[in-house]
Parts: sequence; structure tokens; C-alpha cells
Amino acid sequence: MEKLKETTVQHPYDAGHYDVIVVGAGHAGCEAALAAARMGQRTLLLTISLEMVAFMPCNPSLGGPAKGTVVREIDALGGEMGKIIDQTYIQMRLLNTGKGPAVQALRAQADKHAYHAAMKHVIEQQEGLVLRQAIVDDLLVTSDQIDGVVTNTGAAYYAPAVVLATGTSARGQIYIGELRYSSGPNNSVPSIRLSENLAAKGFPLERFKTGTPPRVNGKTIDYTELEEQPGDAQPHHFSFTTAYDDYLSVADQVSCWLTYTNPQTHQLIRDHLDRSPLFNGVLDGIGPRYCPSLEDKVVRFADKDRHQVFLEPEGRENEEWYVDGMSTSMPEEIQQEMLHSVKGLEHAELMRPGYAIEYDIIPPDQMKPNMESKRIAGLFTAGQTNGTSGYEEAAGQGLLAGINAARKNQQLEPVVLKRSDGYIGVLIDDLVTKGTNEPYRLLTSRAEYRLLLRNDNADLRLTPLGYELGLISEARYLRFKKKQAAIASELQRLQTIRVKPGAAVNDFVTQHGDKPLQDGIVAAQFLRRPYVDYDQLLKFIPARETPLAPEEVEQVTVQTKYAGYIQKEEEKVAKLRRMEQKKIPASIDYDEIAGIATEGREKLKQIQPATLAQAARISGVNPSDLSILSVYIQQGRVAKTK
Amino acid sequence: MSLMTTDYDTIAAISTPPGVGGIAIVRVSGSTAIALVEKVFSGPDLTKVATHTINYGHLIDAGAHRETVDEVMVTVMRAPQTYTKEDIVEINCHGGIEVTNQVLQLVLRQGARLAEPGEFTKRAFLNGRIDLSQSEAVMDLIDAKTATAQKAALNQLDGSLSRVVKRLRRELVDLLANVEVNIDYPEYDGAETVTTKLMQTKTNKIMQELDELLQTEQQGKILRDGLETAIVGRPNVGKSSLLNCLLHENKAIVTDVPGTTRDVLDEYVNVRGVPLHLIDTAGIRKTDNQVEKIGVDRSKAALKKADLVLLVLNASEKLTAGDRELLAATQDSKRIILLNKTDLPELIELDQLDVPKATLIKTSAVAENGTRALEAALAKLFFEEGVTSTQLDVMVTNARQASLLEQARSALQTVLEGLKQGLPVDIVQIDLQRAWEFLGEITGDNYDDELMDQLFKKFCIGK
Repeated sequence: MEKLKETTVQHPYDAGHYDVIVVGAGHAGCEAALAAARMGQRTLLLTISLEMVAFMPCNPSLGGPAKGTVVREIDALGGEMGKIIDQTYIQMRLLNTGKGPAVQALRAQADKHAYHAAMKHVIEQQEGLVLRQAIVDDLLVTSDQIDGVVTNTGAAYYAPAVVLATGTSARGQIYIGELRYSSGPNNSVPSIRLSENLAAKGFPLERFKTGTPPRVNGKTIDYTELEEQPGDAQPHHFSFTTAYDDYLSVADQVSCWLTYTNPQTHQLIRDHLDRSPLFNGVLDGIGPRYCPSLEDKVVRFADKDRHQVFLEPEGRENEEWYVDGMSTSMPEEIQQEMLHSVKGLEHAELMRPGYAIEYDIIPPDQMKPNMESKRIAGLFTAGQTNGTSGYEEAAGQGLLAGINAARKNQQLEPVVLKRSDGYIGVLIDDLVTKGTNEPYRLLTSRAEYRLLLRNDNADLRLTPLGYELGLISEARYLRFKKKQAAIASELQRLQTIRVKPGAAVNDFVTQHGDKPLQDGIVAAQFLRRPYVDYDQLLKFIPARETPLAPEEVEQVTVQTKYAGYIQKEEEKVAKLRRMEQKKIPASIDYDEIAGIATEGREKLKQIQPATLAQAARISGVNPSDLSILSVYIQQGRVAKTK
Repeated sequence: MSLMTTDYDTIAAISTPPGVGGIAIVRVSGSTAIALVEKVFSGPDLTKVATHTINYGHLIDAGAHRETVDEVMVTVMRAPQTYTKEDIVEINCHGGIEVTNQVLQLVLRQGARLAEPGEFTKRAFLNGRIDLSQSEAVMDLIDAKTATAQKAALNQLDGSLSRVVKRLRRELVDLLANVEVNIDYPEYDGAETVTTKLMQTKTNKIMQELDELLQTEQQGKILRDGLETAIVGRPNVGKSSLLNCLLHENKAIVTDVPGTTRDVLDEYVNVRGVPLHLIDTAGIRKTDNQVEKIGVDRSKAALKKADLVLLVLNASEKLTAGDRELLAATQDSKRIILLNKTDLPELIELDQLDVPKATLIKTSAVAENGTRALEAALAKLFFEEGVTSTQLDVMVTNARQASLLEQARSALQTVLEGLKQGLPVDIVQIDLQRAWEFLGEITGDNYDDELMDQLFKKFCIGK
């Protein structure tokens, strides 16, 4: 039989003109396209497969520390992720409840198929947005300005702004043991020509890798000796728009289950390490430290005789279970043995094997702070293309890339979130300023103003901006203003009224080992005591005319109890703001400045920081480089050492 | 950007003590250093010789007479592998004051500028060759007035303070990483949960070490700045003989300012490594028949500035009103009482002197034995056990470092208070992190991804 031959279309046709084209409909692409369309841009969203729109090819969950806050920030800026997960979650949990307000984190288990379907439906209904299945092969560029894209069917779509969000499809290669094949995530079609053409246009692509664990049939899991992890009874939501009591009861939520690997599992891995592409030298892309494969964990932490394995449902009408903690690229038969060595999975039926996937990224320090390429005007990049990992990180970038593509077309100032504005600001600033040498994941510890970037105040921080951008409706903004006013008035009231000594209050304080009140005490002061909560306080002071909603109570409590710390962080922000105001002229020639160390000079030339504050965050730029640079800018010349 | 001169200018200075050795060195640093010396050098072409070579020749004053100034060896060191990371030329000439000065003048006439004290070091820092704590140590070295102080500065130059601070930072970052992993991976069971108790214990331990470091700051300051010392007493009790004895018993100090000249400062004396700066030496020398009242007033004026008071009493006389006045006035000062003229019959009412024995020195004409006793009393007064070399291993000698240590300490104090109030670990962690940042400012290491690296190195986290 004659071998099948691939062919290409030689003559593109004019397939239409748009304001913004988004390539890739993963979590970044969806937010980018929706934001651009909602800002009045005629937008085209292209995806290799309509079945992969907003798909979760890895874990079926959203949120957690930092990431959960990102989902709320996306929501406050008028993005979609929060709303969709609120409609399609099958379990909701607030993590870190035993810790302070800065680090409490909401996490949802998603019905991944329902999530995909709901997002796809929103996109299909969005006015001004066209969703189409297509493989983009090349960018159209005229003298360093983007013109559009060409697909493999020869369709040339034109637009002055293009957002690239191709994710792990970019020259993706899947590894399972000795098997290697070209593929996008979850056996989808990979995008190959686009990468080749980007490389030809001078983009220095790098190879990153990530991985996913096997999926097993839930009916074959033996839960009897596993630890159950049910959802929360107390309602929590990601989106401001979801009504408080619109919430699934614990019984209606689906539990996760906890089990462990054991020495037998680890021995299996050691015995077959030479068959793991991660260890036999076949796969050398850079993988994330925070999301290691089980092979990695066993080798790097040889003294641990067990690792946690969380079993997570992938959906409601679905028996596929995600074996969290066993990400692996071992050969299929070893994967099965590994699974069967784990308690509860002795008879588990493998449905999909785990795999490692290697893909192209564009080093993100080639972006300007508005996420536009320094190389090609009008070209924006977002998501895994920029070397990040995680659905939330992707969505946050997509949203900002979409917003900035629209702003650029509208000839408006770019929107650049500061590190003190939100985790999305931290994320993009890290990417733009430091680049990344492994798949980048947000952690709360990456934020220097963690207490300001709380999960609970994301809406307060960013809704005004979302409204200004036209992404928040008038009705929602009014509701937001009401919430803001209620919080402000109650904070004010607690400063002015006093808790007066009396039998009830003194009983209460002595029960907690405090001295009875002699004189009245300002209510806010009283609330600051560790054992006092707002409801307790209300017993000793007059009630409000209109009682506060639970989210308002939360704000009043946090803002009162941690006022001192919040103020300290705000002072730090104000200090930094002065550095942010010291702009570095774009025309600066770093070769002209004597005294800057070679490494610092190279980094400065590469990153081209916009402000001294940004320059200070570049690794490799040391304090003496900074002082020299600062003097150079401020005086317009290098001062003599005198 | 045409108006910018991007290079530092070229500087020159004598970097050895003139008149002391047989050879003196004039050091020139800057981008024009080599060309500039070449203009007056007769010998191999310095602009062409290899770097780090010594070249024999003569310095010629290119003026009217084309005189040979000196026969010299010229070391050429090209940037960046030099102390300042700039081109450096060192001219080894014959060591007399006259000749050395001529050489320096000659170089200055070619367009170099006379360096300020410490300017070579400043360039080394600005050019990124040494870190902040090291450059401060060099500045301290330059200012150091005695060998002991010099040793403290030298220790710091090779990084002993840096080492301690870096170790403390590592301990802090370990604790921080542990807190962070609890936060970012709340379900991960491989890390110790940082409880209030655990944090308290570790914070206390680090704070204790900071306290110890800060205690050395006081000693460090004394070694660096010396003690403002007032010699007081009414007229004719022997103040000037004490002064002369201190000055002439080879205790006089020279300050060592590399790069310029060496001045003899007679108001500094060295008592067992501790520089004493004597206040109002001129006043003490005036031994004319002063009225007692004026002498006492003058003494009281000197007291105001003093860290140390040497109160001289005449043992062969009963205590006078003036003595009593000075005793009262110095009651709260660190003081050493010298009973002079003990060779004469002792008439002084010792029982009325309510002072610790250790600070009471009996001496006649404050001779040799007296100064030795003085050294012992001084050590007792300021260093408890004396300045030993083990203590010198780490000594904080610099105000900036001390202030950062102080701030780190106070941040840790806030941590402990927060824990006491029952605030959650991630809130008090804010101050823990601040302490870590303050310490980083001492050595110039800050931020980067140290915390993140630690997190991933230590814990097997992630899904």
C-alpha cells in the first residue's frame, strides 16, 4: 500500500478581518477572547479542537493557595472562570482555615466535562466573538507589526492584534516509557508549523515539560480503608455574582479520598528507572519542581517511605478518577503495577495512562509589561506559551492579554497590574522581569504583600478597575458599591461606639482569662481581642439598622483585627511606589553607563525595565548596579565619585 | 546622551607610609592611569606591556630641564582584575618623603586627581568587586586606630560577620520555608507544622544570637572610635605627668590612612589596643598656678564629652572641696581613679572614697606600673574579660550594620509579641520575613529566589 503523504495548502484565501484574533481556546485563550469581545472588539477565537475548549487535561480542580485568589481576581475584572466553576463544581473547600486571612484559599473540584461545556456555551453566545476550529500554521507580519494568522486550510485571518495561547500543543511530544509521539495534551492534535515559523521569525523557543498521572475507573477503587475528604458545609463561592445560598449541600458534593504510596511502589520505580524517559536521558526539557513526577519524588526524597495520593473525581456522570500524586511517564505496564501496589487501588482499572509532555515555550521576558511582544507589535502571548503552568495562571494572563490587545486597538493606555494590586500583577511582573527557567506556578510566597492580596478582598481590590474597563455591568457595580459602603460605615461605627462594662461582657471576658472591663472600650479595640468575633461583639453593642451580609462581616473582622499589619504592608507599598515612579527612559543605552557589572548590564539590556523598581527585581542586577543606574538617571550623567 | 562622562576620573595617592620604608608606592587608578604614567616614564612602553607586569625605568619630569625624578619599578595591572576593577598603575619609588611627594605631584600634573581617603575602596565597591559589608570593613580598616581595631576590621573584610549573618539568615529561611509550605501546600503531610510553640522557640534562639552580636557592637565602636577620655583633677595633682607618661611610653598613635599620608596625632593614646582620645590635652599641659576653682570648672567641661574619666587625686593630701566636687560630678561616669604621689605619706581619706577597688589605682608619678594597672582597670571596665581574639572573630564595628541588626531584632520581638497575642502563624511570619530581609541588607543579599529554592529543596511537594 502506498504510504500516506501529508500535503499543505499553497495559496491562502482571505478569510476575514477582525480586531483581535486569539489562537488557542484553553483557559488563557477563552478569557482573552471574551474580554476582547466584551470590550467591543470583533474577535476570532481559533482552536485545534472544539472538544478541547476550556478543557482540563490535568487535575480536575481549580483554586487553592494563590490560585484561588487569582480566580477571584479574574472575576473582579469581569472574567469568566469564577462564574463557570461556581456552576460546575462538585466539591468546594476552604483551605488553611486554621491560619490567617491572608492565606485562606478556596478550592473546587470541577466536573471537567461540565466546565468545558459551560465555558464553550458562554463563548458561543458572546456577541462579537467567533469560535472556530482551525490549526494556525503561521503569523502574518509586516515590518514588525502583526497582521494576522494563516491556518492549515489556507485561511488568512487579518487583525492588528493577535493573542497566542497555544499551551502544551506547541510542538507537544508525549512520553510513556519508551514510547514517544507527537501530540497535544490528552492525545489532541499538536501544533507544529506555528512553532517552526515562530523560530524562523527569531523567537528563541525553549522546551519545558510537565506530566499527568493515570486515570482509573472509580468503580474499581476500594474505598473502605481510605480517608474521605468531603466538601465544606459552609457556602463559599468564587464569583461575586453567585448568590450566597446557591450552594451544594455536603451530601450533594463528591468526596475525594486519600491514600499513600509505599515501599513496594517505590521499589517498582527504582527497578524500572531506566525505562522512565525522565531518568534515562531521553527527555531533558525543564520540569517544574513543585509538581514532580512520582519518579522524581522517589529519587530526590529517598528517605521517605510513602507519599500522599489523592483520588479526585473528574466529574459527576463519569467514573474516571484522577490519581493525584502519581504523575508518571513510566511504561504503561509498570504504571499498572504501581497503581496496584497502592492501598485501595489493588484492583483499579487503568483508563488512561499517565504521561510526560514536552512542549515549546516563548521565554516570557520577551514581553513588555502589557504582555505584548518586544519583537512584533500587536502580538500578545499568554498562558503556558509564556512558560507558566496551571489553569488559573493561564486564565489570569489571558484576561490581561485580551484587555491589552483591545486597549492597544483603542489606542488607550495599557493596563499593567502592580504587584500590590493582585496575584495576577505578581505573576505577570515575575514573568516579564525575571523570566522563568521552569514551568511557573504562583505561590503565596511569591507575593511580598500577601496580607493585602487576600482571597476575601479580591473584589474590593479590582472591581473598580473591571468597571472602568467596561467588563463589569452597571448592576453589579452598584451592588459592589453597596457592599463597600456597608463595610466602611460599620468600620466607622465600631470606632465610635464603646463596649460598656456589664455582667454579660465581663462574664465573657473573664471566661477567656481576661480582666473584667473597668471602663468602656472602643468596639473596634474589643474586636481585636483574639477570642472575640463579630457575632460575639454584636451581643454587647447596639445592632445595625441593616445587618451585614456574611462577606461584609468577614471584611469588617479582617480589616479590624489585622489593621496594624495591613497598615505596615501599605506603608511598604507606598515606599515602593516612589521607586515605581522613577521611570527609566526607553532610549537609555546601558553600554554607556560605566561601572555596571557585566551580568547586570546584560540583564538590563535584555529586560529593558520600565522603572527603577522593576530593575531592582531583576536577578543579576545588584545593589551597586542599581545605585549607579539611579544616579545616572537622576542626574542625567554619572556623578564623579566625589 | 552626549553630556554624560561615563568614566570615573583617574585618581592617585601615596599608598605607603612615607619616610618609613625604603620603598614607597604611588598608586594610580582609572581608565587613563596607564597612559598618564607612560607620559612621564622612560622605559618600556607601558601602554603595550602585558598586564600584571613590573617594569623598570625612570620617571622624568618633562618640564624645562627634563630631570630624572627617580629610578622606579612600575607595576601595570589592567582592568578588570584589579582591586578597583579599573586600570591600576603602581609606582615603586624610593621612600623618602621628598621624592615620594615629587612623584605624586608629577602624576597629578599629568591629570590625575588626588584620591580621597578610602576612594580606591569606594571604587572597588561601585565597580562591584566587593560587597557592602566588605567595603565597610575596608573603610573601618582605614579608620582603625590601633592594631586590635585593625584586626576586627580585617576579620570582617574576609567575611566573618557575613558568615554569621548568612547562617542566621539560613536558619530564618528554613523556618520561613516551613511556614510557606504549610500555607501553599496545606494538605502536604511531609513538613512539620509550624506551630506557635515551634516558632517561638526558633525565634528566641535567633534573637539571642542577634543580642550577642549587638553586644559586640558596643565593643566594636570603642575599638573603632576609641574612648573620649577626660583626665580631670584639680591643679597640681599630677595630671600632666600622667599625660606625659601615657604619651611618651610609646603609646602615641599614628593614624593610618592608606593612600594619603600618615599623621601623628598626639591626642590619641593606645592602652592595650583601645584607642583613648584625650580631651583638652592643651588644658592639661597648662600647669601654671591655676586657681583651684578654674581647674575644677575646666575639668567639669571636659567631663561632658567623656566616655571615660581618669580622675587624678593627690594621695598625700586630704580630700579638698574641689576633689569632692569632681568625685560627685563623675559618679555616674565610667571612671578610673588614680591616687598619685603615693611615695609621700598617705593623708587622703580612703574610707571616704566609696568606689570599687578595681577602678582605684595607686601610683607614684604614674610610672610604668601605673599604666599597666590602668590597662587592667580599663579592660575590666569595658570588656569584662578583656578583648580576646575569640570575641573578635565576629565584631560589629559599623553603625549601619548595627542598626540593621537592631531592626532585625525588633522585628523578631514583634514576632514574639504577635505569637503571644495568638495571631496566626502566617501573620507573624510577616515580621519574621522582615527580619530576614534586614539581615540580607547587611550582606547585600536580598530577595532573589532563595526562599523558593529552599522550599523546593527541602520539601517533596506538589501534585
